[in-house]
Amino acid sequence: MTIQFNDETFRDDYTFRNSDWAIERFPFPFHEDSYMYAVNMEQHRGGPEGSVYEKRFDVDEHYVAEMRDRAMVLADDPLRCQSLPHMTLAGWDLLELIMVSKSEDYPDLFELHRDGDQWHWINKPMGIEQKFTFLDETTLPYGPMEYITRQTQGDFCVLDQREDNLWMDAGIVTTQADWSLDFDIGMNFFEWHAPVPLAHEKGIFVRALKFLLNIQQGAPARRLNWTMTVNPLLDTSPENYHKWGIQKTTLTPENIGEKQHLRVELQTFFRLPRSNALVFPIRCYLCSFQDLMTKPKWGRRLHRVVRDLPVELATYKGFIDNRPMMLDYLSQFDDGLPTSPGVFPDTETEPPLQK
Amino acid sequence: MSKFEFPPAIKSRPVYGTLEARQGKHHLMIADAEGAEAILAIATPELMANTHIIYIPRGTDYAEKLRALNPAQFYEGPTYAASVTRIQRVLQDAHMGLQIYLAGTEGLMGQAQNEAMQAGFPFTAIQTEHRGSVARRMQCVHCKGITEDVETDPFVCSHCGLNLFVRDHYSRRLAAYQGVCIDAEDPGNVPPSKGIYE
Repeated sequence: MTIQFNDETFRDDYTFRNSDWAIERFPFPFHEDSYMYAVNMEQHRGGPEGSVYEKRFDVDEHYVAEMRDRAMVLADDPLRCQSLPHMTLAGWDLLELIMVSKSEDYPDLFELHRDGDQWHWINKPMGIEQKFTFLDETTLPYGPMEYITRQTQGDFCVLDQREDNLWMDAGIVTTQADWSLDFDIGMNFFEWHAPVPLAHEKGIFVRALKFLLNIQQGAPARRLNWTMTVNPLLDTSPENYHKWGIQKTTLTPENIGEKQHLRVELQTFFRLPRSNALVFPIRCYLCSFQDLMTKPKWGRRLHRVVRDLPVELATYKGFIDNRPMMLDYLSQFDDGLPTSPGVFPDTETEPPLQK
Repeated sequence: MSKFEFPPAIKSRPVYGTLEARQGKHHLMIADAEGAEAILAIATPELMANTHIIYIPRGTDYAEKLRALNPAQFYEGPTYAASVTRIQRVLQDAHMGLQIYLAGTEGLMGQAQNEAMQAGFPFTAIQTEHRGSVARRMQCVHCKGITEDVETDPFVCSHCGLNLFVRDHYSRRLAAYQGVCIDAEDPGNVPPSKGIYE
């Protein structure tokens, strides 16, 4: 299908909207009526047609607007994109992976023409055409990682693998759930996850690391993570928390359906061929509560998950103060009926709300 | 009593040990204030014959005791900042077989460890022992400014003036803990400061 790109903002006047298509394909993260941390990893080899899982790097109606927002974040704070000196080769690996994937998966939007090391890249939605020499940094306007990730939705962490660990040695991070690349760069897998409650004790990170260290070329993996965000604000950074934190207090029973967003991260993991680094794209999808409630199954389930979430998790995810108001709103959409298994909305088969 | 038992904390927080004399051709010992006690505890004439001590007294009177150990080289600096170019120069000349010992405050050990890592030493090969003040070196996540010797939580960023709470999340690269605005969601509502470990 041809994508109509939205002209929208993720700050100030917040004109971000999801079309019916975007709501239908929203990656709702709860496969059952409760939630606890899990490694929950699966192969990233396509998915249902039209879903966000189908392509290696999903492109949707928010693409052009998200890239505009990223450019604004980087202009305000260049430290959101950093690469330690030994990570340049991994940056080229990433550029190749994305250019090849996008030109194959979206031939109407992206083209890549290669003649030896002379490459020609065309990005139609962003109006970019670039001829450059592969592995020659002087032929691109930015380093290879920054160049391609200024044209790709989602944050990117590029992880070096050594000493049986993964090291956060490069990345571009402008749509994060409140963590700082500038602070965490250079840390190993356990260190950058240190602030996460409960999961260390459950052995989650030991198992996840073991899995990730063994990811092979051509066999990427994926998982979902989630949090809550008031207003469709992509850049919920710690750097700017003193500016956006106050927005969490603007919820009222009247505006919560429109302002409260479920924030879902589609996390994918690809082994890179030359550097043996692992790239970890973290793609953010936002959906307002009122849009989620158009799917009866999601309405029933979201109420039950938010209601039963342990206090530590609601605190870590930053919505413990707003949880009572969320539950007042969500309970209107829970009639107690059972829900079908799995994450998809099952719009055709799930019964409408019985109250 | 200069030894402090740190409470259990998250996995990014550094863990310090107790210095021990190790086999090596040369020994570099960097310490501040009560960190001198950790050096005095392991010093022997044989060890000192191949040891370079870099020491910042910070108002204490251990310098003469260290000098009396008769190390191969002894330097007393007024501040860490004044000493850092010397530390870099010494690391630049270092050969295989150098042993590194750091002792004293977290800020001193963190910064000296960072210099050693930049010179190519794996941090796991560097010995550390905490002595003296439990104050922390804090980075403001908002303005990126570093505030040295923070003893209370919350505290005021010495650069941008925001009220910050003290996290345990620690960056070896910055040799600092992270400070985050405490009243972002309720401006002006800042709880009274207390000691970090109270």
